[in-house]
Amino acid sequence: MKHYEVEPNATIGEIKSMFHKSHPQWYPTRQSIRLDAKGKSLKDEDVLQHLPVGTTATFYFRDLGAQISWVTVFLTEYMGPLVLYLMFYFRVPFIYAAKYDFTTSKHWVVHLACMCHSFHFVKRLLETLFVHRFSHGTMPLRNIFKNCTYYWGFAAWMAYYINHPLYTPPIYGEQQIRLALVLFLFCQIGNFSIHIALRNLRPPGSKTRKIPYPTKNPFTWIFLLVSCPNYTYELGAWLGFTLMTQCLPVAFFTLVGFIQMTVWAKGKHRSYLKEFRDYPPLRSPILPFIL
Amino acid sequence: MTCVFNISCMSSTLYFLSVKPAKHKCWTQPEQQQQQQQGQGLSKAVSCPPPPTPPPPLLYHPAPGTMASSEEDGAVEEKENNNKRRTKSAIATAWLTFYNIAMTAGWLVLALAMMRFYIHKGTHKGLYRSIARTLKFFQTFALVEVGHCALGIVRTSVIVTGVQVCSRIFMVWFITNSIRQIQNEESVILFLVVWTVTEITRYSYYTFNLLHHLPYFIKWARYNLFIVLYPLGVAGELLTIYAALPFVRRSGMFSMRLPNKYNVSFDYYYCLIVVMLSYIPLFPQLFFHMLRQRRRVLHGEVIVEKDD
Repeated sequence: MKHYEVEPNATIGEIKSMFHKSHPQWYPTRQSIRLDAKGKSLKDEDVLQHLPVGTTATFYFRDLGAQISWVTVFLTEYMGPLVLYLMFYFRVPFIYAAKYDFTTSKHWVVHLACMCHSFHFVKRLLETLFVHRFSHGTMPLRNIFKNCTYYWGFAAWMAYYINHPLYTPPIYGEQQIRLALVLFLFCQIGNFSIHIALRNLRPPGSKTRKIPYPTKNPFTWIFLLVSCPNYTYELGAWLGFTLMTQCLPVAFFTLVGFIQMTVWAKGKHRSYLKEFRDYPPLRSPILPFIL
Repeated sequence: MTCVFNISCMSSTLYFLSVKPAKHKCWTQPEQQQQQQQGQGLSKAVSCPPPPTPPPPLLYHPAPGTMASSEEDGAVEEKENNNKRRTKSAIATAWLTFYNIAMTAGWLVLALAMMRFYIHKGTHKGLYRSIARTLKFFQTFALVEVGHCALGIVRTSVIVTGVQVCSRIFMVWFITNSIRQIQNEESVILFLVVWTVTEITRYSYYTFNLLHHLPYFIKWARYNLFIVLYPLGVAGELLTIYAALPFVRRSGMFSMRLPNKYNVSFDYYYCLIVVMLSYIPLFPQLFFHMLRQRRRVLHGEVIVEKDD
């Protein structure tokens, strides 16, 4: 048993660093420290003095497992779809029959779809690097395998059919594609506006949480009706892409993404309600008035 | 893994930090109690935190082969002394008892029909056809068990039960029912026998549990027969799917080719190959889980699980 001396105004973060020194395999982001075995983790910013402990205190430690930074995970999981889709678009050998190697599709919607898909993931990569402010630095390492399988797998599945030599363009032709493109672009701008609005809620390097409100940007006015409009816009963008390509795997990807985002939106909505007593009552988690 | 930090104050300005690994039981630290007298009052330390309760035994026959529902002891755990709740749980218990008795009876009927056929005809050819309807009925009815989990009257994960029941449904409806040419294969008889024995044991176990009169031999059967039945069942299923492959390939059943307006394709043949490969990761996991349950239930060993 080791003893450490700590000032009463020490933070949990400092205690984690000290613990790390004596147990080098457990770096601070991997430690979860809590007052109760089944309770919530204490935050790094919490000060020892202000915790409900007397002169004697017992903390519980839990190993969260190997950690990886959110930025790393996001960059990796978004890089995959970008690269993989382009490989299918350019019909790299061994994907389709040899006679189609390095040919291009005769349908212009296929070129449009490639541009939209690539734009979407380049946007995501740039947002990860320059826009998002993450609450947590890290997540469990196994998540990167799970997430990359999901993104890369679906991207390859979609790209295979859209760029296939036997691809069938949308039934309603130009009209359908135009409508889909408008929807897609509208939602991309909307999604970006929301990300910027959320970023501006939080000063650099901080982890504060505030209620987001509509700004001068019309795309943010949806905050009046929805707690997580970034997910709403994301759904809209993928619906646009589904309509544009008329491809069942894309529809499937949109559906699965929607289910996951709904789960996240409901969780976020619940934590907003718990944290802020004056939270606007008109808002729904992801779909205005519906969900 | 859980460790316990002990932060105790020796003076008014300094805290000491010490670390001790904790076991799965409550322990008091002698020095804590001493300091309690010295120091002011205390907080959580001296009142021992409740030991983490070991997860309740998960009783199920996992395995793609002998996939059956995951269920808790079959008994409904009542948490509140509320009349409405008591009535609801009484109804639930009554239904579950009826359900388990009915399923035990159904699989017994199947077993008897199979034996009768073999005794009269001396061969297994045509046996599947003769019991097909009964099998389809009782195996499909097991979907209800997913509902039990969803409603919470049986404490098991919906997903686990769902996966297990779906794999059985898949075998019955998408393999043996759809691909007539393999119905007289020996592997079909193999997994049918395995399923029958497993299900009779399982459902009678649940029935007796609900009635609070569990004979030891049923418990023994439930937690020992799987060691033989499970691999046999997996073998039967895999051999059946393997035998079905050429017929699937030739007929192109359940498949869709390009070009089509949905821009998707599906090849049932490759799907079956993927299904067969999926047994490789799934079978050991479920088998060893069952082994762990067996050790706990039969021999009272406390198995320290990784709490993640």
